[in-house]
Amino acid sequence: MSTGLALLASVAAPRTIRGERQVAGISIGALCVILILIIALPLWSLLSKSFESMDGSFVGLDNYLTYFTTPTLFASLQNSLFVSAVSTAIVIPLAFAYAYALTRTRMPAKGMFYALALLPIFAPSLLAAISLVYIFGNQGFLGFLLMGNSVYGPIGIIMGEVLSTFPHALLILVTALSLADGRLYEAAAALGTSKARVFWTITLPGARFGVVNATFVVFTLVITDFGVPKVIGGQYDVLATDAYKQVVGQQNFSMGAVVGMILLVPALIAFVVDKISKRHQVALLSARAVPLEPPVNRRLATIYLLFCLAVGGTIVGSYGVSVWASFIQYWPYNLAFTLNNYDFSNVEPSGWQPYFNSLTMAALVSVIGSALVFWGAYLIEKTKAFPRGRAVAHFLAMLPMAVPGLVLGLGYVFFFNASWNPLSFLYGTLALLVINTLGHFYTVSHLTALTALKQIDGEFEAVSASLKVPFWRTFGAVTVPICAPTILDISVYMFVNAMTTVSAVIFLYGTDSKLASIAIVHMDEAGASASAAAMATMIMATAIGVKLLHIILAHAIFNRLQRWRRRAIA
Amino acid sequence: MNSVSIPLPHGVPLDGPAHHEDAYLRIVDLTKRFGAFTALNRINLEIRKGEFVCFLGPSGCGKTTLLRAVAGLDQQDEGKIFLDGRDVSHAEPSQRDFGIVFQSYALFPNLTVDRNVGYGLVNRKWPRAKVAERVRELLALVGLPDQGNKYPLQLSGGQQQRVALARALATSPGLLLLDEPLSALDAKVRIRLRGEIRALQKRLGVTTIMVTHDQEEALAMADRIVVMNSGRIEQVGSPEIIYRTPETAFVSDFVGHMTFLEAQVVAPGKVDVGGLVFTVADSRGFQVGTRVKLAMRPEDVKTRNIDADTPNAFEARIENLAFLGAFCRASLVPLASPQACISADFSNNAMRDLGIAIGQIRRVAFPPEAFRLFPLEAGEGCI
Repeated sequence: MSTGLALLASVAAPRTIRGERQVAGISIGALCVILILIIALPLWSLLSKSFESMDGSFVGLDNYLTYFTTPTLFASLQNSLFVSAVSTAIVIPLAFAYAYALTRTRMPAKGMFYALALLPIFAPSLLAAISLVYIFGNQGFLGFLLMGNSVYGPIGIIMGEVLSTFPHALLILVTALSLADGRLYEAAAALGTSKARVFWTITLPGARFGVVNATFVVFTLVITDFGVPKVIGGQYDVLATDAYKQVVGQQNFSMGAVVGMILLVPALIAFVVDKISKRHQVALLSARAVPLEPPVNRRLATIYLLFCLAVGGTIVGSYGVSVWASFIQYWPYNLAFTLNNYDFSNVEPSGWQPYFNSLTMAALVSVIGSALVFWGAYLIEKTKAFPRGRAVAHFLAMLPMAVPGLVLGLGYVFFFNASWNPLSFLYGTLALLVINTLGHFYTVSHLTALTALKQIDGEFEAVSASLKVPFWRTFGAVTVPICAPTILDISVYMFVNAMTTVSAVIFLYGTDSKLASIAIVHMDEAGASASAAAMATMIMATAIGVKLLHIILAHAIFNRLQRWRRRAIA
Repeated sequence: MNSVSIPLPHGVPLDGPAHHEDAYLRIVDLTKRFGAFTALNRINLEIRKGEFVCFLGPSGCGKTTLLRAVAGLDQQDEGKIFLDGRDVSHAEPSQRDFGIVFQSYALFPNLTVDRNVGYGLVNRKWPRAKVAERVRELLALVGLPDQGNKYPLQLSGGQQQRVALARALATSPGLLLLDEPLSALDAKVRIRLRGEIRALQKRLGVTTIMVTHDQEEALAMADRIVVMNSGRIEQVGSPEIIYRTPETAFVSDFVGHMTFLEAQVVAPGKVDVGGLVFTVADSRGFQVGTRVKLAMRPEDVKTRNIDADTPNAFEARIENLAFLGAFCRASLVPLASPQACISADFSNNAMRDLGIAIGQIRRVAFPPEAFRLFPLEAGEGCI
């Protein structure tokens, strides 16, 4: 055969690719600048502001001293710690049992129960509080259950936080409990170990890191949540509402900054604990682990079914009350159906505009965010040049993990509201809300992208280089198509969170950029609970709709564009 | 000069000829460290145009690091690399001229076989028809015509490897780098592909470096083998040279099977193993009185036609017999030196004809050319 010999002569001398390093360098530099602007500098502003007096001069720890010696302010800290501790203590065992039922029993309809419990993720935490007011408030139909205690205060806050943080704990615990090595259980059974001992020596240690992680996540979510205490806290002040009052009400930025710094503490501890526990977790499940098949036990399955019905039913019921209330004339006196509550112009000067603002904001965050996050993660994980720059970018991308939305929002106020900042024209615009939300939810998206990228063969870039194809072509032709499902996941995650977030943006909106979640706060303040419930219902319906669209779209993508994943041609 | 720590009597450089202007790839004093670990320690090597060279060694010996340094995927700390006379020591991978095949194949799973093979060609702004023609040509070359529309996951491991090879050859690189290309495949497929890759390489005349830890693969495929150990080159030579005359104890142990016995040089060409004296053809300049390691391959044992004139004949008891398919490996204990234990291979033929069995005492011999001597390292006892 002569083709072989002809081959070498038939190809012209290859063109050398220049500029690959430059493109990588410019991209990494740009990524660092963006992350510094949207994450590092706002946080720095918060930190420095807490050491400044109102007029901007450095006062050392004076603000902190004032904070801890002012009884009303210090009481909020105690209140926050109390409701956070109690809520966490209630949520974790409930979520653990629920997760156990979903992963370790043969209970029927697991998928449905999982979906039910995730419902609160698709609604602002405000909605939980609004529902509780309908149920246990002054006109609530179950108010008698509180035996004379008011729902406005710690009881309401705790109930609301339990409802809204339950799915966050559940997601972590389901993951932790589904990683089980069936061989351990078989070995225990072969040794005649009692069920209780198996639970304490195998199941719980196996899920230990998940439990610790979930505990910190819930505690942090509760202590930094603004929505629930705003609606149902009454006179019971907590840190999050204090920060709002100090900054928005009294324009006392220094004291707001101190509150922000205090709110950073539990999240920082959680971040460190998470780092440590991840280091220990690696060898827990070997590649040879055998998946655990839950044993058949009808009685156990029935007990867990009843438990899940109770918990899942409570969640859906609570949120359902608000949805229902949004469609009736006047709670609890006139229960006739109406759409009046959806005519927001009655209670909100800009009518439906906040909803469309939210939609625009969420769409922008979703599109820009997923593109930025994925390109950034690709540069960090797959390119070789500029190791320092990539390390800095990765560190900055991980920072928001430790920063609650409320704290980041405060940082934005101080940074983008400062007169010296040339970017201060952004203050109050929808653009700033987009940027803030993007920064707020950057870390989880970044980690998701990194995980997907790590699963791709590490030699693709080397092969491209040997073929003299620049890395960005391989990014477009290979990496993005392979990761399409993950990119879609990230964009939906960003969209849903952008729709429901309230704690960061409450400080940043302007008259033209009011969001739906903020409109809910205002309508609730004005006593228009039914309209607030209606707006919250709109948010929830939109978020769920997008999620359903995602499931359908992901299915379509998997079936069509990802035909190459199948081993045999259909 | 790197590699060997012993003083060699004849002063032969182990890296092959010192410096040739016609070397296609020249590696000079290459050093690469990962923190405190030295992965490559002053490597010097020359590879001629059209040669098929294997880097052979145990995992962690630096062979893959050396390959990646040649490709520019891992930058060396010191030293230079010349490719076709051009200094590419600090060139980006895309500015060097090589095709590479990885153990994982690294085929783009979302692209068809055609698009994988044509991946490097599309970038050259060729007309589509010309790319298609070239892809067809390459797939025919690796024996995969008519598979162009499939996706990599729909092919077998061996077929994927061929696609990877076609993709690497598509741009007609001057240098083909193969990083353990066969180790993920079944034994049968591996042996078949071995022959095919070698034949293809000969036909195209492309200078090729293959990294492998499989000595059999290296012996079967290479023009020259570079045996590496702990970041150094132990020996460079043709498969026959490496197998027949290993320069170091490491090479003799790593390539093929070897018995090592502690011995002492008692006279020129004579060594003593616990009372048993052997004549060795090449005593490699070891002084009389030196304690050495005596090495011999099990297949060099002689069991038939031994008479009074046969050198190195001795009586030994057969202690153990392991059936290994085509032959049996015996453990021999010489009666004159009961501490020693020598491996010897007997063909099934010999086993049957001579009725070899455990416990027998037989007269065997090793020809003087079968022995290699190595220095005994400090604190090293008998094996």
